[in-house]
Formats: sequence, structure tokens, C-alpha cells
Amino acid sequence: MTGVFSLLPEGRPGLLDPLLSGAWLSGGSEDVPRYLAAGGYAALPAPDRLLERIAAAGLRGRGGAGFPAAVKLRAVRDAPGRAVVVANGEEGEPGSVKDRWLLRHRPHLVLDGMRLAAAITRADRGCVYLSDAPAERAVRRALAERPAELPVDVVRVRHTYVAGEETAVVRRIDGGPALPGAKPPRPFESGVGGAPTLVANVETLARIALVHTRPEAADAAAGAHLVTLSGTARAGTAAGSSALAEVPVGTRLKVLADLTGHGGAESVLLGGLFGGLHGRGWPDLPLDHDRLREAGGALGCGALHFLHPEDCPVAVAAEAAAYLAAQSARQCGVCVSGTGALAGALGAVAGGRADADTPDRLHRWSQRLPGRGACGLLDAAARIAGTLLAHFPERVDGHRAAACPACAGPAPEDGRRFTVPVP
Amino acid sequence: MKLLLDATRCQGYGLCQEPAPELIDLDEWGYAQTRATEVPPGGEEAAAAAVSACPNSALRLVK
Repeated sequence: MTGVFSLLPEGRPGLLDPLLSGAWLSGGSEDVPRYLAAGGYAALPAPDRLLERIAAAGLRGRGGAGFPAAVKLRAVRDAPGRAVVVANGEEGEPGSVKDRWLLRHRPHLVLDGMRLAAAITRADRGCVYLSDAPAERAVRRALAERPAELPVDVVRVRHTYVAGEETAVVRRIDGGPALPGAKPPRPFESGVGGAPTLVANVETLARIALVHTRPEAADAAAGAHLVTLSGTARAGTAAGSSALAEVPVGTRLKVLADLTGHGGAESVLLGGLFGGLHGRGWPDLPLDHDRLREAGGALGCGALHFLHPEDCPVAVAAEAAAYLAAQSARQCGVCVSGTGALAGALGAVAGGRADADTPDRLHRWSQRLPGRGACGLLDAAARIAGTLLAHFPERVDGHRAAACPACAGPAPEDGRRFTVPVP
Repeated sequence: MKLLLDATRCQGYGLCQEPAPELIDLDEWGYAQTRATEVPPGGEEAAAAAVSACPNSALRLVK
């Protein structure tokens, strides 16, 4: 069971706000009367003023990169040609549930955000991009009952780790495979059908809707994050082992771990599989893109997986790398070779088969592989290896001396350890 | 001038490196890696030679 928690102070606008949603508490989806009653789909007389408000509130994209939302909106608005807005709900990280949860339970909030983003960028059509079947049903129902303003298509894709990458999104919507392409051009210059295209994560769009509905609390709306928390279920703890939570930016990770019974964790895997492992000192890290980057990690999509002392970080790294190698789109030779080499070497460390220079090879790859592929998958695998070496050198060495019980058997490639059920 | 590498097209032939050793490295698997996106002054000719050496059009030069 995945719990749902809000850690926002009372009165702050949030995506989990039961006053604005209501229906999802009973497992359903918000409906249009309730959303309208809460101030949704309000007129937008001055789109540029909303853009200024988004910029002033410092809203950053929630797909993983944390790019300033206003900069992207402005780039699409200023590119020549009629723009397209894509609500990207294809959640690639197996340890994140927030995007599917939003589409399933708050489709109007996302569609409202898309309408506002379309007005800002002067787009004349929209597209909701997703893989989750319950989310598609909720979105189609919401589209049928919303006050129609913007023509919107729904494009469904088969889930893969890379299918939500922005160039993969554009290629799929244009009828091609959901595979990342070389950049430039980026979608804001040339996206769907060659038009300037805003590919925005659904949480980003939902926060744009909140900024519009609650202008007096724009900073709080833009500063909160949806996070997915998970870790090995612990015997004897009352708390569930995973949760979707909405929390203010800067919240210490210890607070998030305590929420799900993982306060005794030894380390944390940051940003889904994208932000690497962090050992000593993790409880004091703040949930913040820039601070986590300074600490050698990445917030990514805001998914955190806690590791307990009996969860061997080597086993976790080997499983993460095996999953990423299996999820490689196999387009870039360097990704096929690089993820294969990383997964192979981490598997050898886990199985006690590594030789004396394996850590040096892993270190070299962790330094040289980032930025080489068309998307970030290879970077994720490289960061897993680099942070394992940086935070757990003694555990890596220890596997050569004695067999590790947590590392028995080959690392599964299906990411089962990291997969969180959508609440 | 920028020398851009499309990693999805690089097949590791390695032919680009010979005319432009200052601009391109080959990794341990033979795949090309540009040392910098921006072509340094005087490197334009080598960059153009590297672009035409690739049998799979993985490299391009843009202003």
C-alpha cells in the first residue's frame, strides 16, 4: 500500500488539497463541478501576467531536470510558428508515482494547467501523453466534461524508461517510435509537426494552475514538491513502506524517511534511478535541486528510495544498473556498451567476481560516460557507479573478501526493487 | 562554429578521428567523442574533414 500525505502547512495550496479535489479521497477522480467550485478554469485575461507570476515564484519543471518553467514557456512563446503544448504524464522512473496519480485523480487540474500554458505560449492545440490505462480513462472523462477551449489529443505509449524523454515524446506524437533523438533542435524550437512545442511534466502544469487559482500563495504553490518515498518494507513498523507526499522545498530528507518508517536507513537512492546513492549525512540533505546537485546527487523527479543496513548498496547499484542496461533504447552505441560495462562490473562486484582494477574502471566510466548518449539513461547508470564508489568504498572492497548474502544470485533486470504501486 | 555528434548514429567506425585528432577522441569501444562542442579557431578544416569522413553522417557542423 502506498500512502498519500501532505506535509504542507495548513492553508497552503497543494495538489493533494482535499478541498479542491475531494473525490480522490474515495478513490475516484475529481469532477468538473467540484473543480469549477474551487476556482478552476478561471478566465485568463492577461497571459503574460501569469507568466510573470510563474517567473517570480521560481517554478521549476518537475520532469526531472528542474529547468525554470518560465524560461521554457517564454522560449516556446517567442519561437516562430503556432505552438503545441504537451502534458507529459509518461512517468519513466519505476519508483515514481506522482504523475500517474495526478492524471488518475486530478485530471482537471492538469488540463487547466495545460490550457493556461497554451494561452501563455499562444498554442492552438494540446496533447496529453501517457502510458497508464487508468490515467487515460480519467483524462478522457475529464476532457469530455471540461469547458472546451483548446483542442486536445490523447496519445498513449507503451511504458519504457526513456519514453517520456522530450524528444521521444515528440517522435511518438508524430507517429514515430518513442525513442530519444539527437539535440539540437530541442522541442521548443522544433517539436510536434515541426511546431515550437512545450513538453511540460503534468505536475508542472498542475502547479501553473495552482499559481493562477491562488495568486496570493504563488510562491508556496511553486515551491512545493510531490515526492514518492519507498524502501524495503520493515517488519514491526506501523507506517507503510511507500508513500506519495507533497512537501515544501527544503524539507530535510530525514523527515521524509520518518514518514514511511525509513528513519533508520543507512543511505538513500535519489531522483528515482537518476540521482545516485548518498550515504553518510543523507538525513540532513534538503529536498532542493541545487543543494542536492552540490552534494553530488540529483533530485530528478523527486523519488527517494531508502536503504536499510541490511539492504546492501552494492546489490542496489547492481540492480539499478541492470535495469538501466535492459532499458537502454539501444540506439547509441556508447549507451549499449557503457551501460553493459557498468552493469557487468557492478554485477561482478556484487558476486565477488571483481578483480583488483574493477573499481578503477567503474570510476573511469562514471567520469567519462555522462553526457555521451542522446538521453540521460547512461548518465543515470554512471552516477549510480560513481556514487557507490564515493560513498561506500569499503563495501565495494568487502565484497572481494567475503560473499555478501544480500547479493546472492544475478541482479534482476526488471527493476522490481524500485517499483512503487500507484496509490 | 559547433561540431555536433549524434550518438544514435555513431557506429564506432573511428574514421573521423584521423583527420581531426585534436577535436575527437575514440573511447575504449571505438565510439567518437568530441572534445568540445565549439570548434577552436583554426580547427574548421579538420572539423569539416571529420564530418565528411563519417560513413553514417553522425557528425555535423553548425554555425
